[in-house]
Amino acid sequence: MSATAIPASALAPLRVSDAARAAIEQSLTRYPNPRSAILPVLWALQREIGWLPPAALRYASQVTGIPEPEVFGIATFYTMFNLAPIGRHHLQVCMTLSCSLMGADRIWRHLENQLGIGHGETTPDGRFTLRKVECLAACGGAPCLQVNFDYHENLDEAGVDRLLETLK
Amino acid sequence: MRGPLLFADIDTPGLTGIDVYRKGGGYTALAEVIGKKSPDECIEIVKQSGLRGRGGAGFPTGLKWSFVPKQSPKPRFIVCNADESEPGTFKDRELMEKNPHLLIEGMILAGYAIGSHVGYLYLRGEFEYIQRILDRAIAEARAAGFLGARVAGADFAFELHSHLGAGAYICGEETALLSSLEGYRGQPRLKPPFPAVEGLYACPTVVNNTETLMNVPHILRRGAAWFRQWGTEKSPGTKIFSVSGPVKRPGNYEVALGLPLSRLIDEQCGGMRDGFQVKAVIPGGSSVPLIPASQLDTGLDYESMNAVGTFLGSGGVIVIDEGTCIVDALWNITRFYEHESCGKCTPCREGTYWMSEVLERLEHGRGTKADIDLLLDLADNILGKSFCALGDAAAMPVQGAIKHFRPEFEDHVTRHGCRLNRRRDSLPARRAGVEAHA
Repeated sequence: MSATAIPASALAPLRVSDAARAAIEQSLTRYPNPRSAILPVLWALQREIGWLPPAALRYASQVTGIPEPEVFGIATFYTMFNLAPIGRHHLQVCMTLSCSLMGADRIWRHLENQLGIGHGETTPDGRFTLRKVECLAACGGAPCLQVNFDYHENLDEAGVDRLLETLK
Repeated sequence: MRGPLLFADIDTPGLTGIDVYRKGGGYTALAEVIGKKSPDECIEIVKQSGLRGRGGAGFPTGLKWSFVPKQSPKPRFIVCNADESEPGTFKDRELMEKNPHLLIEGMILAGYAIGSHVGYLYLRGEFEYIQRILDRAIAEARAAGFLGARVAGADFAFELHSHLGAGAYICGEETALLSSLEGYRGQPRLKPPFPAVEGLYACPTVVNNTETLMNVPHILRRGAAWFRQWGTEKSPGTKIFSVSGPVKRPGNYEVALGLPLSRLIDEQCGGMRDGFQVKAVIPGGSSVPLIPASQLDTGLDYESMNAVGTFLGSGGVIVIDEGTCIVDALWNITRFYEHESCGKCTPCREGTYWMSEVLERLEHGRGTKADIDLLLDLADNILGKSFCALGDAAAMPVQGAIKHFRPEFEDHVTRHGCRLNRRRDSLPARRAGVEAHA
């Protein structure tokens, strides 16, 4: 997260909206024990905050009964949880073989040049975070990337430029 | 029709909604099966059909179901493995995106057959939009009485929940998936005990792939003989192949098992793009050894693929063209396994890292002849010696690539670099020649 300092909000007390609280409570009903709800709980918190500050991990620990260090272990095991703030638009570029065969390297270099940032970095205005990821299951539309959860396939440089234009 | 069975109606407008799905005969299998056929009969029909797991391993589905102990006092679980992460594979995504109710119906029927009243649908984290499609479909099915205390009015209760992963290839391994679902780090567990005996929450559990489960309603409605009209004796039915690489029409294709690979590429995908020639094909996702262009006539079925030293796998067909360096392609694959190794066992954690390192120096002209044998030695020390199949999946592509393309590896040593010199970078027209999907 090179240029991004941990903001004061990381230390701020956690505010969980009613909607997120409801989603978390609903997720707890789906399993025989609260531990199983850890992924849905972390997802609900990340959706709300954009990343998982220490207070969110503590909250998840309290809700699921999983010790806090273990929650940290779980959150770091999976690649999609952000343990530091990210930009509004998370550009996740597939670099695996099918995309690589179809020009993922060129898409990547183009994004680096256009945005002036590298892997895992965020633009100073907080608009974009750029990341290399592994196969997104969109190989038929290679090269592809995900912006947050949205798929964009069959990309070329011009397509990337058009896409960036739409992401304010 | 895009395909004979699962793809026959896949592009029907509105199929994600329950009304359109029911108009096409959806959910009729529930009334025809639940309470009318015994669970044992259902297992027998699926056994007779010869349906094999479509996720990659190809294990006979009916046999897997029959391993669930009949007398266990514990609850049982049916789990759908929709963690589709095998590089080159994107079939389950399209199936779920377009026909979610067929998967729900398949899970209910599989649950009935093994005596399970709760099912979980484990999706890879990137499939958040598919979770929304599935959750909507689950709510519709519940409102229509196909989920809940009395499925389709019969004396059988079944509930179904979706569960979103968060980015970990290893969770496609069934015991790692169960660890993840239970709220632990998604690391694999020792087998035996197999999930059928001690799976989710140490209860009898069947984990089936999405495509496998979507075949079940058709098989139980129309019978094993009907299903066997497609495919070969040992590999009956159809299979969806996800084709990627520089072919004219990449995408998902459903064909009868046994079709020669060359016909999939030439007839279904329209052949290679102009100016491109096949060099090698990875037929079943990046975990299986590649085969050279000279073996393109091999049939797409489990046995024929085994006969040429590879596997049908997940059906992720990655077509590699003449302009691509095999060493570079292999390096890309080993980087994937290095990244996705869960770190639990040494052969996989260290071996995948080491293999990537060796391939990197070979590709960049800093390798020696001994490095090629070192790669084989490393692969040999991972294969069969890692905790789960991820290690095997990392080792087999290395063995396959060196077996078929050893001269190209040696060429990197003698020339101190790559002759193709990452030529794909200088091919601005790589996307040119794409035809609109049929």
